[in-house]
Amino acid sequence: MIVEKTAPAEDASQVIHANFGGTVGDLTVAEPRMTARNVNVHYADKHAIIDVSLDIGRHEVVALIGPSGCGKSTFLRCLNRMNDTIDSCRVSGEIMLDGQDIYDKKLDVVPLRARVGMVFQKPNPFPKSIYDNVAYGPRIHGLAEDQSALDEMVEDSLRRAGLWDEVKDRLQQPGTGLSGGQQQRLCIARTIAVSPEVILMDEPCSALDPIATAKIEELIDELRQNFTIVIVTHSMQQAARVSQRTGYFHLGRLIEVGKTDEIFTNPQHKLTEDYITGRFG
Amino acid sequence: MADRSTTTLDKVNASLARRYAKERRFRRMGLVAIATGLLFVLLLFTSIISNGYSAFWQTHVKLDITFNAEQLGIGDARDFEALSSADYAALVRASLKEIFPEVRERKERRKLYKMISTGAPLLLREMLINDPSLVGSHHAIWLPADDDIDMLVKGQIDRTLPESARRLNDQVVGWVDRLTENGVVAQLFNTTFFTAGDSREPELAGIGGAITGSFYALLVTLLLAFPIGVATAIYLEEFAPKNRWTDLIEININNLAAVPSIVFGLLGLALFINIAGLPRSAPLVGGLVLTLMTLPTIIIASRAALKSVPPSIREAAIGIGASKMQTVFHHVLPQALPGMLTGTIIGMAQALGETAPLLMIGMVAFVVDIPGGPLDPSTALPVQIFLWADSPERAFVERTSAAIMVLLAFLISMNLLAVLLRKKFERRW
Amino acid sequence: MQSTTLILILLVLMAVAFQLGRRRAYNLPGLGCICDLNSLPIYHGLYTAIWCGIPALILLGIWSSIQTPIVINLLMNDLPAAITAGLTPAELSLVLNDIRNLAYGNITSGEISPELMAAADRYNQLQQIGLAAQSIVVISLTLITTSFGWRFISPELRARNKVESVLRWLLLISSTIAILCTLGIIFAVLFESVRFFEMIPLTDFLFGLQWSPQIAIRADQVGSSGAFGAIPLFAGTLLISFIAMLVAVPVGLMAAIYLSEYASQRLRTYAKPLLEILAGIPTVVYGFFAALVVAPMIRDSAAQFGVDASSESALAAGLVMGIMLIPFISSLSDDVINAVPQALRDASLALGATHSETIRQVVIPAALPGIVGGVLLAASRAIGETMIVVMAAGLSANLTVNPLDSVTTVTVQIVTLLVGDQEFDSPKTLAAFALGLLLFLVTLVLNVVALRVVRKYREVYE
Repeated sequence: MIVEKTAPAEDASQVIHANFGGTVGDLTVAEPRMTARNVNVHYADKHAIIDVSLDIGRHEVVALIGPSGCGKSTFLRCLNRMNDTIDSCRVSGEIMLDGQDIYDKKLDVVPLRARVGMVFQKPNPFPKSIYDNVAYGPRIHGLAEDQSALDEMVEDSLRRAGLWDEVKDRLQQPGTGLSGGQQQRLCIARTIAVSPEVILMDEPCSALDPIATAKIEELIDELRQNFTIVIVTHSMQQAARVSQRTGYFHLGRLIEVGKTDEIFTNPQHKLTEDYITGRFG
Repeated sequence: MADRSTTTLDKVNASLARRYAKERRFRRMGLVAIATGLLFVLLLFTSIISNGYSAFWQTHVKLDITFNAEQLGIGDARDFEALSSADYAALVRASLKEIFPEVRERKERRKLYKMISTGAPLLLREMLINDPSLVGSHHAIWLPADDDIDMLVKGQIDRTLPESARRLNDQVVGWVDRLTENGVVAQLFNTTFFTAGDSREPELAGIGGAITGSFYALLVTLLLAFPIGVATAIYLEEFAPKNRWTDLIEININNLAAVPSIVFGLLGLALFINIAGLPRSAPLVGGLVLTLMTLPTIIIASRAALKSVPPSIREAAIGIGASKMQTVFHHVLPQALPGMLTGTIIGMAQALGETAPLLMIGMVAFVVDIPGGPLDPSTALPVQIFLWADSPERAFVERTSAAIMVLLAFLISMNLLAVLLRKKFERRW
Repeated sequence: MQSTTLILILLVLMAVAFQLGRRRAYNLPGLGCICDLNSLPIYHGLYTAIWCGIPALILLGIWSSIQTPIVINLLMNDLPAAITAGLTPAELSLVLNDIRNLAYGNITSGEISPELMAAADRYNQLQQIGLAAQSIVVISLTLITTSFGWRFISPELRARNKVESVLRWLLLISSTIAILCTLGIIFAVLFESVRFFEMIPLTDFLFGLQWSPQIAIRADQVGSSGAFGAIPLFAGTLLISFIAMLVAVPVGLMAAIYLSEYASQRLRTYAKPLLEILAGIPTVVYGFFAALVVAPMIRDSAAQFGVDASSESALAAGLVMGIMLIPFISSLSDDVINAVPQALRDASLALGATHSETIRQVVIPAALPGIVGGVLLAASRAIGETMIVVMAAGLSANLTVNPLDSVTTVTVQIVTLLVGDQEFDSPKTLAAFALGLLLFLVTLVLNVVALRVVRKYREVYE
């Protein structure tokens, strides 16, 4: 035990790759919204994701946890092809959304991203008014027939993001003027305004204070009624609080996946246990 | 909920074709913009080169010249005085008369003599002064042809035009053709173009004087702008306290970089010529004006170079007891020097191409002699281009383009040097 | 002795002083080891060299700037009454000019009388005496100050600190040259402009519709007042600059967008430097290109449509100026577009926006302040650009908005008024300075505003 702890990181990784026999736990669910099978991602000559398979069910929150650099964000970005924007990134394997391969050459990324929305680590409202931020998606996709329909969509999205009461009197003020937590909820409102099926959240609370974090977590729980949510988080407590299923990533591999309470109370894999008990991270 | 998503997706898909058409249109606009820019580069270079390359050759005519003492009108005298005032044009005339004995009428003869450049006698004079023993001997010598003949031989005078619309009449064209048949017309490398000063005759005009003038002006600029620019940058970056005064200097430098060059010309005229009483048309004054213009460039580049030296180097030096001045001069400056030199070369390239302020201080004069120092009247290379561009002769269009090619060659090699320097010393900390 | 020779001698003397000081530091009596010195011997050498050179150089500077005025003063006092009788100060200064021209061996304007000849000789003689005295005084001063410095050298002397504080002063003085240059521009141009406005009222200049300064060359000519209404010049400048911006802004901006957002690495590595070549080409080359290629092309194609175009049309000058500004706009826009955080692009793409929608609705609005700043800087360049308009635009001050007509600009008029022989009192020459002042002020305002906008923009994203 002591020897393993002091062993150099490189050796540790070799140990993992050599002994890795496949993801521990049940990675499938009944009637999945998305399924990923044998996904590999390369950045130039770096193998960032190795053979990851995972199902994402309907109306559930899946949390992805793991030490930094383990590939959980990279995997998340595969799910709506945000990795397309990085030139050196190559993705292989199969990712299906409602039975449709999203990496099919004939598939169009624009409607895909309308179906799989994303919320980022740092709140990134556009330098426009609050209203225009939320209305951006419906406008580009032509979702609202007229102005009143658009107004309604904006109000509905802001309400569902729990922001309406705070901003209803200053919709024309710049979105960048809000506090960090409000900005992040604005970004969530912006995402749900296009009614996606899946929302990807890449460490949505890492730049926020505890109170704002609590609000977002509450919001995630509410959104579960209508959306499928995949959330990457640094914080195990957060994963435990908001998610139904949790996957543990380590050095590009999905080590273990299962029901959140089981993972946190009774991890099967030693690496998962080490991480959860705080031996490394 | 599922309903809503489906309708959403339908709506998204409905507008997709239109959106992608827009996307393609936008991309195409970008490509067109780049193509336009590149097209302009191409057009500029092809028009300059196609107009100018022929100026590097000059039509010469081989004439049999007999250094006849009688025709020269020098009798038995062989001293410098006699040789320099002798009638060399007579030799050329005699030679031409021999080739075309049938041309008798005075007017026609004058046209015949005009085929050879008025610079030819000067060439013969130089030959004889260098070697007085040539008197009486007989030589076949290549002499430069007049610019109109040059243009005709180079095919830049259209022979199909009616005679009245041409600069040369049929008779002269016939003479040229006969000379060509005799094999005594040839295009020789135009050394005059590189060595001579300005002239009213295109075949005698060169950029030698202008290059010398530019050289002196740039020398003055380099000697003043580099030390002052670097010193300013060092002071502002390393020593100056952060206060209003240094803020003012900084804003001032940024604005100075964007002041129109002609305003610097006005400053030079009022300050250096009217108040300080320096001579007009002198490269010294040109260099002073260009110094003020290039200073901001050098200062900004030098400050950037100093900024890129990491503070750890300064801390290391200070930590072992070096004074601030020693730290800067022993450790920071050597690291920043390549960047400063790159900035200086780019500044000098700008200065070399600058024309407008030099017009203001009188470097636009017609200067035949090659300047011997920074106080002699002279022009600069870009000003020479400006002057020739105004001349109506077809041969000057050719020479203007050639001078531009020389100027661009200088500029491109300076910029390449800067790029190489940057590549060689580029360092990431 | 010429000043340059004297400076060279001074440099040699400073080198000698450096050696002397260093030796002395090594050989100070009672010095056991170099470590007993407060500073290294090299600093003692520099210390001595500074004592040797700096006072002498200061004296030389002062002397050179006051010698000629003193000589002229002496000369004017001595001038025989035959020359000076009944002359106004202006005429007197002309005489003086003649004398100086004679003395330099240049061509003079008036007739050469024996008195003038004598005055010229006297002038030369006085200058010679002045220079000789200067050399003697300067070199003696060097010797005296060097011996001072040499004597001060002792083990306790804090030579390094002294040398460094002198260096620091030199650096400080260098940094004020930029300020002095701006002040120089303002005062030089302002001073002459004030003289101009004493002759021509400011309102006539700013609001007059007629510009014909050529007739005001001689005072006794008919209609010598000339017309100095600058409105046609402003209109011409604006017309040409507007055409230039019409070319440069769309092309430059779209090129920057394509290069930074769409282009492959390969296209970027080749196209970018090729476009930037345009920025390095001297304006005189653009002027030649405009006059030789573009202007005839425009005239001919206008003739095809049966439209009459001037061969010095505003369109030709504006078009070529626009080409010149393309790389300027594109590299500035490139900078600001790259400064827009990737997070904004990601946010837009993740909502399902296409690339062009992201650029047009998110990137460009976010980069707008920076782009506007760049456009303002480009406009100030266009307004101040000289050679292209001098070579491709006309001289006739037409008040027109037809781009096929010939117009003239502020810079063209400055050049035309000042190139060639000038008298420094005629409104014709002074008008150039008034125009220059105006040009300076307008471009200054544009630059200040643009730099502020750009700086504010940078602060937002850094």
